[in-house]
Amino acid sequence: MIYFDKVTKTYQDNTRALSDINIKIEPSEFVSIVGHSGAGKTTLIKMLLAEEKPTEGRVLFESTDVHLLKKHNVNKLRRRIGTIFQDFRLLPNKTVYENISFAMEVAGRSDEEIMADVPYVLDLVNLAEKSWNFPEELSGGEKQRVAIARAIVNQPDVIVADEPTGNLDPLSTFEIVQMLKKVNDLGTTVILTTHNKGVIDELSKRVITMEAGKIIRDDPTGRYVL
Amino acid sequence: MFSLTLKRVIKSGFTSFIRNGVVSLSAVLVMIITLLILSGVIFSSALLNHTLVSLESKADININFFPEVSEQTVQRVKAELETLPQVESIEFLSRDQILDNFISNRENSQTILSALEIIGDNPFGAALRVRAVDLSQYESISVFLAENYAVGTSNSIINDINEIDKKAIIERLQNIISVAEKFGAIVTILFIALSILITLNTIRLAIYISRDEIKVMNLVGADHGYITGPFVVAGAIYGIVSSVLVLIILFPVTYYLGKDTEKLFFDLNIFNYYLQNVGQILLIILISGIFIGSISSFLAIKKYLQNK
Repeated sequence: MIYFDKVTKTYQDNTRALSDINIKIEPSEFVSIVGHSGAGKTTLIKMLLAEEKPTEGRVLFESTDVHLLKKHNVNKLRRRIGTIFQDFRLLPNKTVYENISFAMEVAGRSDEEIMADVPYVLDLVNLAEKSWNFPEELSGGEKQRVAIARAIVNQPDVIVADEPTGNLDPLSTFEIVQMLKKVNDLGTTVILTTHNKGVIDELSKRVITMEAGKIIRDDPTGRYVL
Repeated sequence: MFSLTLKRVIKSGFTSFIRNGVVSLSAVLVMIITLLILSGVIFSSALLNHTLVSLESKADININFFPEVSEQTVQRVKAELETLPQVESIEFLSRDQILDNFISNRENSQTILSALEIIGDNPFGAALRVRAVDLSQYESISVFLAENYAVGTSNSIINDINEIDKKAIIERLQNIISVAEKFGAIVTILFIALSILITLNTIRLAIYISRDEIKVMNLVGADHGYITGPFVVAGAIYGIVSSVLVLIILFPVTYYLGKDTEKLFFDLNIFNYYLQNVGQILLIILISGIFIGSISSFLAIKKYLQNK
């Protein structure tokens, strides 16, 4: 489904963020990418979202090189990938309901679909009673649950979660991981980057370990080893 | 699909205008200044044009006939002049009318009135007051009279023609107004350009504040039109709100200045002008406001739209 084919990224100042990365991710797989800060985890995610271009190699999404896509098709690709970030990246001037409905609007969903699906996902992430609150009125864990709701509402093929528990307390972290597991159980591919040992050990799923832009380990049911 | 997207974009633009209250207020205030300058241009242009038209309408040629020339002869000359395309209107002034005017203008000058009494008879001939279509046509009317009625010779029926002095003054004023208009146009263009630039920068600042929001919109796969639309709509709303406020501000301002402009600019009361042309003025400032607001937003947001 997703294939990083000999991907290398070198910045203008000759800093090498990624070196000869080869990763194959199957549909419905749950893959955790671990490593210290600066290991290249986020760069890898940015490449999948066509935010950054590789210096060498290709990033394929269902046999399509994402960096050869035209602007319009990049938007279409992004609608098939739900994204969750450490800093939540919610729209500050929109309510919880509107943040989620916005993702549906850009995907061209009708008002009826929005009215049916948004309350449903809000219920899934236990935020039904906070529908009309603005992000600044929510706790970190609640914000991240809104981000998850926004990511899953269009039933994407892949969920990319870049350090989603980085700013959360242990209880919220546990909740978020459980939600991601649930999403994966329903058949969505999940790519998670983290440096939280507890999260990885709890998951018992495939773990790719990165260091200085290289893959140093790829365990099918790995544990956090650095 | 298009109407659904349009509905969402308009709604989102309106919501953004309301929720970003402080940013909206500053953008509206800056735009009010721009539109007030534009309104100033409209009013000063009206005042200058009115002045010019009033001055031109005061220009005429007075053809004074000898007292012994009969009224029928004068009427014949009048009919002949009326066939000229350069002539707009001709007013006939009888000998008695001219005498009455002369007396009423010199009621306090006892010497002149005594002199008239000594003469005993009306010393004035009839006259024609000719108004040309255009200021430049007076010359050709004078030439026509000189050629056909031998003005200045002993056998002419016309005593004199007086038009030169008034025409020279009007031409000079016309030149002054023309220079003032050119200078005014340059200053106005500069002012409008400056105020548009300030408006553009204010809106740029408003959009800069939303740069992270735009980034998120890009990440969830929103098309550029869908991201730009609400900002352009909000820009247009800045224009609409500012236009209405400018129209309200102009009411007391023109009322306050109305009496003064009436005295200075040949009876043109700027307040009456505002009331008579309120629809047209609103249309001009409304279109300008919407145009400046939406184009500024469109230009300002372009920078943040790249996918990468």
